[in-house]
Amino acid sequence: MIEFRQVGKTYPDGTTAVEEFSLTVPSRSTAVLLGSSGCGKTTLLRMVNRMVEPSTGSVLIDEEDISGVEPVALRRRIGYVMQHSGLLPHRRVIDNIATVPRLNGASRADARKRGYELMEIVGLDAKLGLRYPGQLSGGQQQRVGVARGLAADPNILLMDEPFGAVDPLVRVELQRELARVQEELKKTIIFVTHDIDEALTLGDQIVVLKTGGAVAASGTPAELLSNRQDEFVSRFLGLDSGARSLSAEKTDDGELLISDAQGRPLGVVPAQTDRADRP
Amino acid sequence: MSWILENLDTIGELTLVHLALSLPAVVIAFLVSIPLAWIANRIRVLREPLLTGTGLLYAVPSLPLFILLPALVGTSVRDPLNVVIALSIFGLALMVRSAAEALDAVTDDVQTSATAIGFSRVGRFFAVELSLAGPALLAGVRVVCVSSISLVSVSAVLGVNSLGSLFTDGFARDIIGSILAGIVMTVVLALICDLLLVLAGRLLMPWNKNAATVRPRLRKRRTQEAAA
Repeated sequence: MIEFRQVGKTYPDGTTAVEEFSLTVPSRSTAVLLGSSGCGKTTLLRMVNRMVEPSTGSVLIDEEDISGVEPVALRRRIGYVMQHSGLLPHRRVIDNIATVPRLNGASRADARKRGYELMEIVGLDAKLGLRYPGQLSGGQQQRVGVARGLAADPNILLMDEPFGAVDPLVRVELQRELARVQEELKKTIIFVTHDIDEALTLGDQIVVLKTGGAVAASGTPAELLSNRQDEFVSRFLGLDSGARSLSAEKTDDGELLISDAQGRPLGVVPAQTDRADRP
Repeated sequence: MSWILENLDTIGELTLVHLALSLPAVVIAFLVSIPLAWIANRIRVLREPLLTGTGLLYAVPSLPLFILLPALVGTSVRDPLNVVIALSIFGLALMVRSAAEALDAVTDDVQTSATAIGFSRVGRFFAVELSLAGPALLAGVRVVCVSSISLVSVSAVLGVNSLGSLFTDGFARDIIGSILAGIVMTVVLALICDLLLVLAGRLLMPWNKNAATVRPRLRKRRTQEAAA
């Protein structure tokens, strides 16, 4: 469990990145910090592995205040995945994944063995292991990034817009893969993004942030979509323009044809089931 | 030409002496430039004074330096150590700026990610920053190496033997072969050392794109084989 207790961050030059932010992320769930750039979401994420020290308040992992934990040791037990993968260009793919186990003291052979297991988990061909990151596609590099984040088998995974730099088709595929991996491994994930669809796909809970780390809204995807109280939130999620309003029309076979705001058909709800649990 | 053939032994011996004077200087210049470059990048106020200051060392005329050094270091005038020290200083003048720029060019992204996955500061410097600065550092070392090899020749004027002695003797005794041998061997030595540095770079930095030109050629050959 990760707990932000009224954390704030003010830089020496006086800019306030985050003010009085509180959030509890239950173990084995995914929390998405959603907001445009400058809203302090990356600052919040980096407080969890002490890359940013909060000016006020505290961050707790499993009830333990992390300000007392040695930063390097802390980072080695927390997975971190970032945009542009952040891979080390001078190390082979397999050694990139094996970096954290190596730092934790595993032998080179054991670390590489673990690396190949992870390549399989994230859906990478083992043949790519001996290549250098520069020889991989953007999507493949991001998969390597995820594998590296998972390599030390951390309980916590921090993801900073990990799929922000890949093309939309690959992004959707990576999101699906991450959801599958999460289903299997059940990590506690904090995921930072500005992509609303990504947040809705991956988040168990979503926190929408305004400038300065102020929480505009938070809740499950379903709660957010049915929230029209806050103007900022409905505009941010596109609820006000009707872009997310769907319409249903009964067909002759008794199925429901669902269309979006522009009248484009999206799919059908079969006659027998009446499940509507997907937002 | 007959002079060259008769004196092959001397030429060979002087070539080795020449190497023994220049290579240590290249190594020293490289090793000393790294911490200086690190300080220049870390403490920004010191950056320009350090880089400009060391750069200015290159403006010190070489002959007076060779003569001054014994007085400063306490060596005898003909001690080869003077040459090594003087060349190290000149090498440093060239190397500090390129090392500082090479280390500075390592992207923030990679450094942030290395910190995030749990590299300590020192670990990150050696495992990440120094390695990634490798190609640019190599470019600096190549310049220092070639320049040192050509500068060593000056030492002959002071009576410290090197390939330069072949010119001084050649001029003094009017032997064209000796002068020619001195020039050609200095150039050849510089070229060979430069080539060895490039090869070492390819071996040590196989990830470097500029060095990885072998790959497309291999692939081409493979497709040709497949077609046949």
